[in-house]
Amino acid sequence: MMLFHRAGDECVARFTPEDAQILRQSMASLAALLADDPDPDDPAVERLFPDVYPEDPVQQAEFRRFTEADLRTAKLDQARTVLTDLLEGGGEVRLKEERAELWLRALTDVRLALGTRLGVADDTELRAEIDEAVGRNPDSPRVVQLTVYAYLTYLQESLVGALTE
Amino acid sequence: MGSVADTQTAPSPTPDVIEVPDLDRAWVTIVWNDPVNLMSYVTWVFQKLFGYSKEKAEKLMLDVHHKGRAIVSSGARERMEYDATRLHGYGLWATVDQP
Repeated sequence: MMLFHRAGDECVARFTPEDAQILRQSMASLAALLADDPDPDDPAVERLFPDVYPEDPVQQAEFRRFTEADLRTAKLDQARTVLTDLLEGGGEVRLKEERAELWLRALTDVRLALGTRLGVADDTELRAEIDEAVGRNPDSPRVVQLTVYAYLTYLQESLVGALTE
Repeated sequence: MGSVADTQTAPSPTPDVIEVPDLDRAWVTIVWNDPVNLMSYVTWVFQKLFGYSKEKAEKLMLDVHHKGRAIVSSGARERMEYDATRLHGYGLWATVDQP
């Protein structure tokens, strides 16, 4: 598993084809979620577009009307940019500051959507969660998704570190 | 027993004046704890979006983490809505309120 490190004014990582595939699939799922009319009752969508006025539905609807389309477009563009930066076969990715920030936001959105679907909570111990899922059924989608989530978490942590070094 | 003098002096009109809120100062942006966002990332976002020092950003992040929420900015309502939208752009869970 390759992570980001700092090289001069860039954040650099070399992706294996497998890692690239994981990240690209995750970004593609996020893009698909954002591109089609997102279902407002989908918990992942709710988390990506939180209410600013949770106790005032009228104000909230008004606010959403003016802001949500732009926010959705920005998130979609970010996911698509990561998909163009990271080639299918993997390889080296070099991100200057602004691009690294875009990647951080995109990685956040991916992890929010996936984490919500997986039911990640404050006291979730990822390692134990993966062991438990493997114990129940090593071939289950949950094992794969938890592993992907853990990978994306390490990747994002390494990018924050490389950017703020 | 001095009660007349007290009632004459005790109620001051000042509190009424103070309680008329300055509407431009009365709103806040709140960031809520969530189980996904990394502590290092949240700290960085506070520095990036608000220009806070690392110390202040870390303190706010820890408040969010331990107390479940923290007020990250205050001011005019439109400005708070702008801040909350930017925070949503960075994936943080932010709301606007008038305490």
